[in-house]
Amino acid sequence: MKLRKLLTHRLVLPIAALVVLVLINTISRPTFLSITVRDGQLYGSLIDILRNSAPLMLVALGMTIVIATRGIDLSVGALMAVSGSVALTIIDGSGNPEDPGILLLAITAGVAVTFAFGLWNGFLVAVLGIQPIIATLVLMLAGRGIALLITGGFITTVTSAPYRFMSQGYVFGFPFAFYVSVVAVALVVLIERRTALGVLTEAVGINPEASRLAGVRSRGIIWGAYAASGLLAGLAGILYSSNIMAADANAAGQYIELDAILAVVLGGTSLMGGKFSIAGTVIGVFTIQTLKSTITFLGVPPAVSPLFLAMVVVIVVLVQSRRVRAWTTSAWRWGQRARTGTEAAS
Amino acid sequence: MNEAAVPIVEVRGATVRFASDTALDSVDFRMFGGEVHSLMGENGAGKSTLIRALTGARPLDDGTIALDGRTVSLGSPVDAQRHGIRSVYQEIDLLPNLSVAENILLGREPRRRGAIDWRRMRAEASEALLDLGLSIDPASPLGSHSLAVQQLVAIARATSSDMRVLVLDEPTSSLDADEVAELFRIIRELKERGVAILFVSHFLDQVYEICDRITVLRDGALVGEYLTDELLRIDLVQKMLGKDAEALTVRSREPVEVNAPVPVLEARNVSRGVLRSVDLEVMEGEVLGFAGLLGSGRTELARALSGIDRPDSGSIVRQGRRVSLPTPRSAIALGIAYSSENRTAEGIIGQLTVRENIALAIQAERGVVRRLSLRRQRELAASWIEALGIRPASPEAIAGTLSGGNQQKVLLARLLALAPQVLLLDEPTRGIDVGAKVEVQNLVNELADNGMSVVFISSELEEVLRVATRIAVFRGGQVVAIQPTEALASRSLLAIVTQPDDAW
Amino acid sequence: MSTVKVVDAPLGLGPRVRGLLTRRASWIPVLAALGILIALLVAGQSYLGNFLTPRVLSSLLLDNAYLLILAVGMTFVILTGGIDLSVGAVLAFTAILGARLLSEGVPSVLVIPVMLIGGAVIGLLIGSLIQFFDVQPFIASLAGMFAARGLAFLVSLSSIKIEDPTILWLQTKLFYVEGWFLAPTGVIALLVVAAGALVLHFTRFGRTIYAIGGNEQSARLMGLPVVRTKLLAYVISGVCAGLAGVVFSAYQGAGYPLNGIGTELDTIAAVVIGGTLLTGGSGYVIGSMIGVFVYGTIKAAISFLGAEQSWTRITIGALLLIFVVVQRVIVARSSRR
Repeated sequence: MKLRKLLTHRLVLPIAALVVLVLINTISRPTFLSITVRDGQLYGSLIDILRNSAPLMLVALGMTIVIATRGIDLSVGALMAVSGSVALTIIDGSGNPEDPGILLLAITAGVAVTFAFGLWNGFLVAVLGIQPIIATLVLMLAGRGIALLITGGFITTVTSAPYRFMSQGYVFGFPFAFYVSVVAVALVVLIERRTALGVLTEAVGINPEASRLAGVRSRGIIWGAYAASGLLAGLAGILYSSNIMAADANAAGQYIELDAILAVVLGGTSLMGGKFSIAGTVIGVFTIQTLKSTITFLGVPPAVSPLFLAMVVVIVVLVQSRRVRAWTTSAWRWGQRARTGTEAAS
Repeated sequence: MNEAAVPIVEVRGATVRFASDTALDSVDFRMFGGEVHSLMGENGAGKSTLIRALTGARPLDDGTIALDGRTVSLGSPVDAQRHGIRSVYQEIDLLPNLSVAENILLGREPRRRGAIDWRRMRAEASEALLDLGLSIDPASPLGSHSLAVQQLVAIARATSSDMRVLVLDEPTSSLDADEVAELFRIIRELKERGVAILFVSHFLDQVYEICDRITVLRDGALVGEYLTDELLRIDLVQKMLGKDAEALTVRSREPVEVNAPVPVLEARNVSRGVLRSVDLEVMEGEVLGFAGLLGSGRTELARALSGIDRPDSGSIVRQGRRVSLPTPRSAIALGIAYSSENRTAEGIIGQLTVRENIALAIQAERGVVRRLSLRRQRELAASWIEALGIRPASPEAIAGTLSGGNQQKVLLARLLALAPQVLLLDEPTRGIDVGAKVEVQNLVNELADNGMSVVFISSELEEVLRVATRIAVFRGGQVVAIQPTEALASRSLLAIVTQPDDAW
Repeated sequence: MSTVKVVDAPLGLGPRVRGLLTRRASWIPVLAALGILIALLVAGQSYLGNFLTPRVLSSLLLDNAYLLILAVGMTFVILTGGIDLSVGAVLAFTAILGARLLSEGVPSVLVIPVMLIGGAVIGLLIGSLIQFFDVQPFIASLAGMFAARGLAFLVSLSSIKIEDPTILWLQTKLFYVEGWFLAPTGVIALLVVAAGALVLHFTRFGRTIYAIGGNEQSARLMGLPVVRTKLLAYVISGVCAGLAGVVFSAYQGAGYPLNGIGTELDTIAAVVIGGTLLTGGSGYVIGSMIGVFVYGTIKAAISFLGAEQSWTRITIGALLLIFVVVQRVIVARSSRR
């Protein structure tokens, strides 16, 4: 009974998928799990996954909240490009790229801009009542253009050791970017679950009208979700630009909206809104990052990796679909009956 | 009429179960060609279930349906249509984005060399509409017409040469008197053609005007089949309610010695939708019943009083002060709580637990930051589960899995946790079992005894009479009478509710 | 009865005119798009001087033929209330597949049908996911997009030049009439528009598309073939993407797996600007064509100005915004009634 309850927990499938991936990797390359220590810093495939997943983690956290309200945010990739462009343009123009004050200003400005864009998305959805897909499509289209304008159409590059530290640096043996992920996850969990925001968001996502009648400020909650998503996407853009030390308006955050949606769905949060799981999203992000690392390791050109993602998407949505669930339960019952049948016979 | 003839439709032993509830219990039902048949019963009597079975929307769990003496299986609406059973529902299920002509002929449109012949299609549609006495442009989009016209278009679609049975479910609720007369003329024509017509309506007058035969259902079971000419109205109502109308006793309640009744909530000159400048006062500590038919304005007024829908004009007065209620939230802040008649769409949050549902309104009022601790939530839920007898008695049960009656209690708990001064309950007992019904009614009385003002809306007059201390009768978007319950007998209340407008 | 109607006709419009207005209310967004197109062209002419020339206008069709074809397919899908994000990737996949097959000596008579079938198969898969497994169109077509993009790279990682004369002829053969010119690709695109418009207006299949977009449940109750029609809508979109792949190969003279990134967004934007409601049930292929021309004109004007091409997307984004807000207002007003 207890085992069955455990097996039907909604995080079982996501965790199982991650474990299977890790197993495949460990078997095909025994070094996968090994972590080496050099100069007090940890290295290895797992550490790479922790570090490289940071931008996706930030974006997926925001996406989780937006999806919980029955929405979707397509603009996150474009917003990443915007925040990177703003930050690097400020650093580039300052003439003193190593000054922490300048860096702080640049990062704040970049994130503030995407936060404002997030507010704009929220305004379109929550106040004007435009379909989320379309409302955020506007910035998905225009965002990269705006980023290109900010950088003047070039790929702005800078050399700044402190800026680079955000993606490449280490603190107490672990990559700095990993701490950013951890803090972001902790903050989101704290805000959603220690306050009533989480349950009110779920209520709005499940039944907007009933929530309104119960006195929930659904407009504010939806608005806030998009603003948070914009803010987190901005931070992700900063991390991304720090990794390549350049603001590439075309490549920054490309397809990340899709990866993020996939991570959220993998984590067991339904695209129909409502109940969401931050833990599930974290697992989803690691699954996708591990999958990408696997694909690279297997020697598949990174360009072909979308094909694998497509397969994963299809498998996940099929597992979630009612029809397949009905098939599997009836098959399970049938098996059950057959077993009891043979038992009775013997 | 023609007892010897074979009925076109013959339903035997129809049984439909929803989970544990039996919605239809071994009901026999028949319809003859050239006759208008009415299906009568209160909400939850099984009328709509029987209609759904007949139109293929819900298969029978038990029993058979025979057409012209041959048993048929109606697995889907398309099946039923193929057998010549057509239906027009209250909520019109046509396509507002397409033209009137397409709505009538889609699926059997005239074609020439494979392409749709628009000219002929418009001509045919025009003809079908003229048959119904309607001269509108068949090329105009359906959505540009009034509901009444859309209803007639739906009938035009249903009407074709192979139609044997026409089911009209509350067809007159959105029509005015002229339009109703028009509809009746059409019904009589179809009758002449030998079509068997099922006419379901809340309006007794209309039933008596147009129907030849009446079948009465109560609590999912058959009460009987009668010829309209042989059934007195009062007898019909008694059969629907299952009690002698005289026996419908007014609740004995000690007359509370109020010095002077104080109004706690007032509507002044409120208009919105069907509501036409309504004035109403809700007094302290009373149970004010809203009686009236569907669409009479009872729900609209309750929603306007509780900030759900904004009135187009007029004002809401709370304890003598004019207030603006732009949102339900603002009404809750003033101690006014509303429970919707539509429990699933506007009440319960299905995937959340009972605890989360009960704590929702109070949490919303406290705001996002001041979260009720899990312990407080559990205490809150546990106390209401005990007080209202919610089953299963587990705060962590998923609310959507509860039975209708228990969901209703969860909703009540959510609102009562707010400790409102005015509680507006819209059809709180609809579709729940008898035991739960009585519990809810008793609860309402207790609340009023404790000084809360309750507005109680129900389409069951009997229930309004039993629960309310004062009754406001709605008809045609207006309050036509407000009287203490003692002054009203079931019979006179029914008379006011059902009286035709011009006679008033 | 009729006298009453004449009396309350607004602004003294006769019943005939008013009847025409209510009949054709769904064309208003298309007319709005046409107005914007004309305004853009006029503004372009007055700012740039030599904008309204046969050469510029002809190249509008030449440069955007592939987008026009995609927009027709997308219109079918959006009219059912769905969306197809895969079209850009399917275009890239079929184009690179075609280029690869041609480079290996397969005759173009075979290659072109293979490209079309490739598109159809992906469309069918997307449609099946939506129809049989209740997957949201957005997610299902997203999977299609990933799959097609991956397949494109599987075929080739780098650009493949096309030397087949038939394919190149489609773009290089220009019919001149007094300064105006028209390539076979333009002819194909216009034929697709015409075919799309006729199918939507004159066949039961076309009307069922509108019915599904209006209310899928009602369409089912009316006994219309909902499943088949919806599947076919996605297949049509896939075939259009395959055909766009043919046209795009001719246009570029090569296949490249990175082609068409973001094209699905341009297509959706063009369709919406052309007056098709994203909620389905209302819109016209002709409108989508105008939307594509609006897009093309903005692009042309920006390259005329020598400004950043990034302005194209920004302008399109802004136009899209205006259109959805206006549509939202229209829908809100009609639902109030």
